[in-house]
Amino acid sequence: MKNNILEINNLKIFPNNNSRLKLVKNISLSLKKGKTTCIVGESGSGKSLTALSVMQLLSSQLNMSGSIVFEGVNLANLTKEEVRKRRGKDIAMIFQEPMTSLNPVLTIGYQIEEAIRVHENLTKTDLNKRVEELLYIVGILSERINSYPDELSGGQRQRVMIAIAISCSPKLLIADEPTTALDVTVQAQILNLLNDLKLKFDMTMLFITHDFGVVEDIADDVAVMYQGEIVEQGTVLNILKKPKHPYTKALLDCVPDSHGEKDLKPIDYAALKRAMG
Amino acid sequence: MEILLEAKSLSKAYVKTTGFFSRTRITIKALDNISVNIRKGITLAVVGESGSGKSTLAKSLIRLIELDKGSITFKGRNIRTIHGDDLKKTRKNIQMIFQDPYASLNPRMKIIKIMQEPLKIHGIGNSATQYSKILSMIRRVGLVEDDLSKYPHQFSGGQRQRIGIARALILEPELVICDEPVSALDVSVQAQIIQLLKSLQKEFGLTYLFITHDLRIVRHIANEVIVMKDGKLIEQGKTDIIFRNPKTKYTKELLSSIPGNLSKRK
Repeated sequence: MKNNILEINNLKIFPNNNSRLKLVKNISLSLKKGKTTCIVGESGSGKSLTALSVMQLLSSQLNMSGSIVFEGVNLANLTKEEVRKRRGKDIAMIFQEPMTSLNPVLTIGYQIEEAIRVHENLTKTDLNKRVEELLYIVGILSERINSYPDELSGGQRQRVMIAIAISCSPKLLIADEPTTALDVTVQAQILNLLNDLKLKFDMTMLFITHDFGVVEDIADDVAVMYQGEIVEQGTVLNILKKPKHPYTKALLDCVPDSHGEKDLKPIDYAALKRAMG
Repeated sequence: MEILLEAKSLSKAYVKTTGFFSRTRITIKALDNISVNIRKGITLAVVGESGSGKSTLAKSLIRLIELDKGSITFKGRNIRTIHGDDLKKTRKNIQMIFQDPYASLNPRMKIIKIMQEPLKIHGIGNSATQYSKILSMIRRVGLVEDDLSKYPHQFSGGQRQRIGIARALILEPELVICDEPVSALDVSVQAQIIQLLKSLQKEFGLTYLFITHDLRIVRHIANEVIVMKDGKLIEQGKTDIIFRNPKTKYTKELLSSIPGNLSKRK
């Protein structure tokens, strides 16, 4: 398909020393250009491993098979150097913990600059201009350019991470639970920011979360993962309003809704197993 | 309805030192003249962002933090002035469930020891009656007898939170302070724990002070809410009323930040 920017085909992820143990079992997923696809699942469902495999950042103790085709090129077949050229430039990633993903002894200005210098050769003035522009885009005052990460709040640090991620105008942005560690009001701001950036730069987003509330706010397409498999995928409206798979239904039933009107039902794993056959 | 705990004008300030050689001192008001009544048998939720003072409030109620000012009356006694045995007796009646089930259980103790400790401290029963009490409580929270001889690391996060709940309830407290008890848990486990807390409340007639930053959960569990910001009490009232008709700008902002609202989308 021409309007798919990324196609994951038959992805399997397994430990080097036990190839029969599949942490991700044969999943296929296509990301439409300019859309946000959410992968939803509980911890251990394989959603973060899937994201890391797209960045080719899997732990050296894990191995993968299958293909990850980004704009017609299978990332799995590229050399380390070729992957490095794409990582950060074509595909960028932000993580859950903005505290641990920034270097505490370097200023945020330097860290954003560093991300640009890896991929582009700019003069000092151009570089500075670019950093200030990026800070402006993500909503941080330019006088904070020489601040260290510990002088910023959690939300501001996540904004810096986003500035680094978008510094080379990536075509695909992978966000792994970027708002889970943040307060609700800050979460709402960051989700808005990501959505604005997606529209402004025509970015495609792969968004990992366990929170259906966040899915409702940001997703165009949704893939639900359970025990290493995608059990259901579709548009956000179809998944939220007309879920077909028993696991999707069970997962939706245990999430509190924004009006707090429905009864919470914990997942009955025994019944789920019977329903899934 | 009977008032179980009455807190009046609680204040607590922390001094933070910053700058070169810690020369700059900043006073942070974690609690700024807060008054709250907790009625018997209800769930009162305390909502606020990080740094709003909600955990300081919880800890001050069981005197894990000494206040600068204010009075706390629990069942007619001023908690702030009692000592020794009196304090011990009051603490038996106010128990706490913590956020992080990984950090709040001693990794070197078997579950049976963890459960026995509070009973021993308060001198309740002999070892036979203690055992039967522990067994029935651990079954009530959904675990089995074999689990008593295991260590905390052998359990999942949700199971550990069940143990934390069992440990808090073994002393038959009247007031249970729940400090973000489900924030560290997966959504499916979160629903289980909330249901468990609700059914235990009915069974034992418990009163909950429920601290959370997730407003969706508040709606599910609380009868009344207080909203805190920067150590101040911004708004308080019945859950339904606050959700339908928030008075302050801050509460409105909090409510509009709740994720999961398709109608909000551009």
